[in-house]
Amino acid sequence: MRTLYLALKYLAVTLWSAFVIFPFLWMLSTSFKTQNAVTGGATWLPWVQYEPSLAGWKALFGGAGGVNIVKPYVNSLVVTGSASVIALVLGTLAAYGLSRFTFRAGPIRNGDITFFFISQRIMPPIVLAIPFFLMLRWLGLLDSLPGLILVYVAALMPIAVWVMVDFFNTIPRALDEMAWMDGCTPVTTFCRVILPNVLPGLVVAGMFCLIFGWNDFFFAFTLTFTQAQLLPVSIVALNSSVTPWWSLSAAAIVSVAPLAVLAFVVERFLSRGGLAGAVR
Amino acid sequence: MLRLQEIALAEAKVPHLAGITLDFRPVQMTTLLGRTGAGKTTLLRVIAGMAMPDKGRITLDGTDWSRLPPWKRPVAMVTQQSINYPHLSVLDNVAFPLTRAGVSREAARAQAEAMLVRVGLGAMTGRHPVALSGGQQQRVAIARALVKRAPVLLMDEPFVNLDYKLREGLREELAELLRKEAGTVAIYASTDPREALQMGDAIVLMAEGRALQSGRPRQVFAAPATLAVAAVVNDPPINLLPAEVSGGQLRLVSLGNEPIPGPDLPAGRYTLGLRAEDVRTGGDLPARVVLTEVSGSETVTHLEAGSQSLVMLERAVKTHNLGSRFGLHLDLSRALIFDAQGLRLTPEPAHG
Repeated sequence: MRTLYLALKYLAVTLWSAFVIFPFLWMLSTSFKTQNAVTGGATWLPWVQYEPSLAGWKALFGGAGGVNIVKPYVNSLVVTGSASVIALVLGTLAAYGLSRFTFRAGPIRNGDITFFFISQRIMPPIVLAIPFFLMLRWLGLLDSLPGLILVYVAALMPIAVWVMVDFFNTIPRALDEMAWMDGCTPVTTFCRVILPNVLPGLVVAGMFCLIFGWNDFFFAFTLTFTQAQLLPVSIVALNSSVTPWWSLSAAAIVSVAPLAVLAFVVERFLSRGGLAGAVR
Repeated sequence: MLRLQEIALAEAKVPHLAGITLDFRPVQMTTLLGRTGAGKTTLLRVIAGMAMPDKGRITLDGTDWSRLPPWKRPVAMVTQQSINYPHLSVLDNVAFPLTRAGVSREAARAQAEAMLVRVGLGAMTGRHPVALSGGQQQRVAIARALVKRAPVLLMDEPFVNLDYKLREGLREELAELLRKEAGTVAIYASTDPREALQMGDAIVLMAEGRALQSGRPRQVFAAPATLAVAAVVNDPPINLLPAEVSGGQLRLVSLGNEPIPGPDLPAGRYTLGLRAEDVRTGGDLPARVVLTEVSGSETVTHLEAGSQSLVMLERAVKTHNLGSRFGLHLDLSRALIFDAQGLRLTPEPAHG
């Protein structure tokens, strides 16, 4: 009975893994195909079913009628990385404040402020496009990396606040007070006692920021022209009248790679027990 | 000496502390005794700086603490719930206040380890708090409070969430540890009169944000200044018998209105406080058993005599069947007499 259960369990896991991994394998295979191999029916095995070609990969460096995505790639890393770090720092500080202090301004309370932050994400981005465009133009930051970083910080911070408020709320205030009594100022309390205990939250919020920032197309498209191009926009630029599935697949793989690597690296932080045992 | 002067604190116009003036001396353990909501925790939080009083002054050996934030006050505190840092090992938990105070990491860890050995956790130093039992976690919290050697040590019902055996053991351990820490002002909040009478060298009775009476535990127990103190300090609860003086005779209103011997008092209403141990079987007052509780070698029986409820304490294990009836003897010579305002009139009785 137990063997059957195990067998079924592993079968289910295997099927699900195959389902998840299949698109990636298909992308990898397609990135080495030529036009003939793509249109000639489903094929899997290079050298056996089709002759592999590096054309798709060369296109990413500007060869074979492609677009050089190296600079946009670096731009995307810089913009997403810095915006996420800034949003995480500001968002975490704001969330700690919202979790620990009671704000009263007329009918407005902490919950309303938290909702105000997250309401930024409820609006369709198009609503923000024109104000952002005008503001960046006024600041002279249109089509520049600092301008994009600024916009992404504004777009990502609500996510960080939203995630972190909940994490801070799970930490009893008594822990802050105990740290005060043990000689910590509010700043050292935050850094040495509270932050280490919301590490899983920081990882979750950081991942959300990176994913949203890395995958954003809309702001990258509307607020840049030629100088500060980001990866999603240049991937679209790879497209032409004949869809180049091979180079798009190669681009998709390099685009997914950083997040996939990051997910593997931070996975262990997510599974840690976190707060168990703070207050009994 | 820790001195509180006229400490008052109200929240949304509800007074939590109403003008508390107290002196706490080092070397002796002072117990704050009061029921839940009496203001004990609030008072400890005010001393620790976690709550700011609306008015009043706190001084330690003449130094004014009133405006000092908690992290600048040399205070250690153990709370009801064991609060430990989940991300630190047991050893680092206890070393934490020392490293914050500027002690080198090695020295802090050495002192922390010595303290953990004293609280019986020498073998647990490498674990995280989550891997410990409730009693062990509380011992980590106690070790962290003691290792600082703070001149003021506050304990807010530190053993209330622990099982009976553990509580007894830790109480003795704590008393032993404190004996070795000379010069510490130790304040211990409790809702349990027996614990308070056992533990403290001094006792402060609290109710509704006020300090009702303070003194040596036996003295406060023997001579409660008011009805409220008598109600708080007695466990099992003291019997309150409404009485009246008319025509020069003292009569128990709820027990037949027969004249009883008593001191000469002006006409008016009074309350007699009779301890449960001064109610005995073998008299002629008919009573019915409502509830019997055996605790250890004592039996507490709740009875009804007419409209008057009574509690009787016997220093033996007895089985009184529910609803059974027998005659009671009330030793009224040992009763405390309180006037209509609740102030005690009888002089301190000779109490064993």
